[in-house]
Amino acid sequence: MTTILDKPGFNPDRKYKIIGTSPVKHDGFDKVTGRAKFAADAFLPGMLVGKFLRSPHPHAWLRKIDISKALKVAGVKAIVTRDDFPEIKQGTGGGDMTRIAMAREKVLWEGHPVAAVAATSEAAAKAALKLIEVEYEVLPHVIDPVAAMQADAPVLHDYMRTKGVKGPDAERPTNIVERLVLSVGDADSAFKDADVIVEHEYDTKPMHQGYIEPQSCIANASEDGQVELWCCTQAPWVYRDRLTDILKLDSAKIRIQQSELGGGFGGKTTFYAEPVAILLSRKAKAPVKMTLTRVEVLKATGPVSGTHTRIKMGCKKDGTIVAADAELVFQTGPYTGSAFTNAPQAMFTRYDLKNVKTVSYEVVSNRPKVSSFRAPCVPQAVFGVEGVVSELANRIGMDQIDFRLKNAIVEGHKTIYGEVFTKIGFVETLKAAKACDHYNSPLPKGWGRGVACGFWFNRGGETAGTVNLAPDGTLTIILGTADVAGSRMSMSMMAAEEFGIPVDRVRSILADTHSLGYNRVTAGSRTTFSSGMIVVDASRKIIAELCRRAAKIWGVPEDGVVFEDGHCRPASSNVGDFTPLSMKDIASKTTYTMGAIAGHSEMNVTGAGPGFGLHIVDVDVDRQTGLVAIKRYTVVEDAGKAISPQQVEGQYQGGAVQGIGWALNEEYIYGADGRLQNAGFLDYRMPVASDVPMIDTVIVEVPNPKHPFGLRGVGEVPVTPTMAAIGNAIGEAIGIRPRSLPMSPPKVLKLIEEARVKGLGG
Amino acid sequence: MLLQAAREKGNLAKIRRATVGGDTGQGGSMTGLRYESPPTLDAAVALLNNAKGLARVLAGGTDVIVQMETDLIEPELLVDIKKIPGLRTIVAENGGFRIGATVSGMEMVEHAALCATWPGVIDGVKLIGSIQVKGRATIAGNLCNGSPAADSVPPLAAAGAVARVIGPQGTREIAVAKIPAGPGKTHLGKGEIVESIFLPARAKHSGDAYERFTPRTEMDIAVVGVAVNLTLDTSGVVISARVVLGAVAPTILEPADCAKAIVGTRLEEAALEQLAAAASAACRPIDDKRGTREFRVTVAGVLARRVAQKAYDRARHIA
Repeated sequence: MTTILDKPGFNPDRKYKIIGTSPVKHDGFDKVTGRAKFAADAFLPGMLVGKFLRSPHPHAWLRKIDISKALKVAGVKAIVTRDDFPEIKQGTGGGDMTRIAMAREKVLWEGHPVAAVAATSEAAAKAALKLIEVEYEVLPHVIDPVAAMQADAPVLHDYMRTKGVKGPDAERPTNIVERLVLSVGDADSAFKDADVIVEHEYDTKPMHQGYIEPQSCIANASEDGQVELWCCTQAPWVYRDRLTDILKLDSAKIRIQQSELGGGFGGKTTFYAEPVAILLSRKAKAPVKMTLTRVEVLKATGPVSGTHTRIKMGCKKDGTIVAADAELVFQTGPYTGSAFTNAPQAMFTRYDLKNVKTVSYEVVSNRPKVSSFRAPCVPQAVFGVEGVVSELANRIGMDQIDFRLKNAIVEGHKTIYGEVFTKIGFVETLKAAKACDHYNSPLPKGWGRGVACGFWFNRGGETAGTVNLAPDGTLTIILGTADVAGSRMSMSMMAAEEFGIPVDRVRSILADTHSLGYNRVTAGSRTTFSSGMIVVDASRKIIAELCRRAAKIWGVPEDGVVFEDGHCRPASSNVGDFTPLSMKDIASKTTYTMGAIAGHSEMNVTGAGPGFGLHIVDVDVDRQTGLVAIKRYTVVEDAGKAISPQQVEGQYQGGAVQGIGWALNEEYIYGADGRLQNAGFLDYRMPVASDVPMIDTVIVEVPNPKHPFGLRGVGEVPVTPTMAAIGNAIGEAIGIRPRSLPMSPPKVLKLIEEARVKGLGG
Repeated sequence: MLLQAAREKGNLAKIRRATVGGDTGQGGSMTGLRYESPPTLDAAVALLNNAKGLARVLAGGTDVIVQMETDLIEPELLVDIKKIPGLRTIVAENGGFRIGATVSGMEMVEHAALCATWPGVIDGVKLIGSIQVKGRATIAGNLCNGSPAADSVPPLAAAGAVARVIGPQGTREIAVAKIPAGPGKTHLGKGEIVESIFLPARAKHSGDAYERFTPRTEMDIAVVGVAVNLTLDTSGVVISARVVLGAVAPTILEPADCAKAIVGTRLEEAALEQLAAAASAACRPIDDKRGTREFRVTVAGVLARRVAQKAYDRARHIA
């Protein structure tokens, strides 16, 4: 059967009425007036407060938990510990998930949940937490992933053996989860053809996703075993399936409703308090709300992987890159799941390389389990790659963008992971960057300018949605993909465009997990693309049905009716002289035809178009303090087609701003005791508004022919090159390119001194 | 005002909730938190003096409430002094200004005469939190919180500000510089409350300035802070100076060598060099989450030069 995936109906000459405008988002007014209902804003009658007891130790055997005294505190209705969770074998997906939710044999990081209390007040819950007696047998801990790889490092899991190695190393307990080799051609030999070779080591630090809304949920388990869960999530269906897995529930017995989301950035793709709240509610026979504090958010959710990398690349004098070689170490927290395999696949993908060798390692250590973040694990690798690329261009005296153009991939390129690209917009992006005002403006004395490029796959995947036509001719769209950035409005716009009606006649809402089939997580820059495909498909089904109804009303053959601008019209004067029927005309009389009209679609969406971007940044560096000021910043990126240009701009700017924080100041500071010292926004230094300039954007539009409107995902590319571009700019300013994040004042000041000694830079 | 009222309500709601929780039982914080809002300073002093457990004065609450929220402190008693009449005024006195304990940072920032006379003190106040935070935060609170990184304390000390303290033994006057006793600690006794802070009159040709180093432009805590207050003669020679360093030791520091380096000079390069060296030499910082020891020592010197120049330019009315 031919589907919209085979025949998206993309028409390059189509003139859009709605697409390309920027109406106010559905959640816009409520968010700026403070009326938006986030997860923590929900209340249920009789609701209890749930609070966690967390481990003060980064690594210890959990010998004994005594809750008897805590249970006697007035107002305490339930306490949950490891004993309340079904046993699932260690080292399995479910086994890891249940142990992240609640420590079982061991505590594996400072902040690991050990127990939770539900009580009638926060004060009662806190008082009870203090009376829970926990016996720990403290073990040596390890925070840094490279230290964790050493033979004498404390081992977190006795059962762990490195996947992907053979011989005696495969037999030993280890912290190395996996060794992955991904290669093409013969890099070792190809380096012989290089005129210039650059090789450096880099490190990046874990950064938190930094969503402003802390995780919050309300669980209500009824007497007959039904569970309702309200929470802020990017992945209601994923939560459902994982919760059913670790709590041994039927999917039909758990209904999850996503709230308005106060930022996720990948960090709300996995649950924390939700299974615990469900168990508490079940025991207390009352709804239980759990809202994490900021300290808990920083100690026990997120962050993204920190890395150690070694990157080597070589090129000829004419600029042709001949080979690349990389070794990559990814810190994942106490359990696997860093999505590190993205890095070797994406780190060089934009350059036409015939010879690449990558070896990647994922390593566990005693810090919170990493979670997803925009382009998981890729920006960290790009920080090094684009540093090397810039140095190669400098060494052969070639313009930075020309060098990248010389090696840029085009349609037909086969990637290291086997995909053959259809139409892509990398060359167009580079050319737009080269032509933009920023790149051509003179650089004030003492400043440095850097550029860097990034790539993200963009994803599709399982998606389901429904479009309902109301009797007054308005449309409601029921979506399963969480709206993290305004996708509800983009969906309404795509439907409005397809029907030819004003966008304020369309409203999109987010469904609970009982209301639609499986929807994959909002991640991978997939939502506007995938749900957009569903919405257009469902809209087309409605349009076909409207034509059938009109044909019936007029008593003409179905192919005698066409649909345009919200009306069914006779296909030609031969069909007859009928007054066009509006959507309302037909929808208000469905009693007399065949009942309500709705369109539904569910599919495994394919055809997401890859995204490419280039960032240009100017920095001024205080030579006496090492303070870096971002003076000017431009993001140039291919959006395929910007459905709502303002939202696309928001993605470009947001990605760059998060990258600026990661580049300059964000880091986790651990004491020798393995405890996090800066678990708050005062000392976990995310940028504030005055730290970033206006981020200029250039939206390049090279349509993705696999989508009805040509769009590509845009959420992740904008963070991939940020730290690299800033690093390159600092390098240009001070003479030495930083290779360690964050590029904070003390570290930059040291490099300035080193450059002075070596007689480099300005 | 509406916002302030709303915020106040929010804070009190939290406190009330805590008290309600406290009524239910036993153990730990369950003994409950008492919130008192006495009508007079004497009543406030009596409440504090009779407190059995940890008692805190609540003015702006920008430290106390946050510390409670993050479980850093669990006070038994909060004494809200905001409703005590007469504490929320800035009054001209003997050519200087008396700033009441509940005057907010923004009220200082918006006081034209105060800003013109003590711009360096205002530099410090302006750096505290955001406008919203300054709408509540007070300099008396900034002082009594005991942080070595408090932004208003070095310029107040450099200005020779004097705190009027009311306690069970009556009233005493104590230099602001003498109040800090180490991180989170002050030399105030049990039951003592800072009633006001007095900034003295200024000699002609005087200027003061404060700068801090933070990795971010705002909403951050000083890694190093430097305040300079100086007076020139008519020829532009520094005749007196006070240089106070923040965040480089358990309390603020006023190294005599720093003032010595610039008194008798017009801040020529050699004097500035000497000032920077003296500032760096005086630092006794720690390595912590906010900065390394080495970095603080270096930047204290850098800032001392910059701030001295700024104060000097202000004294000469060129900035």
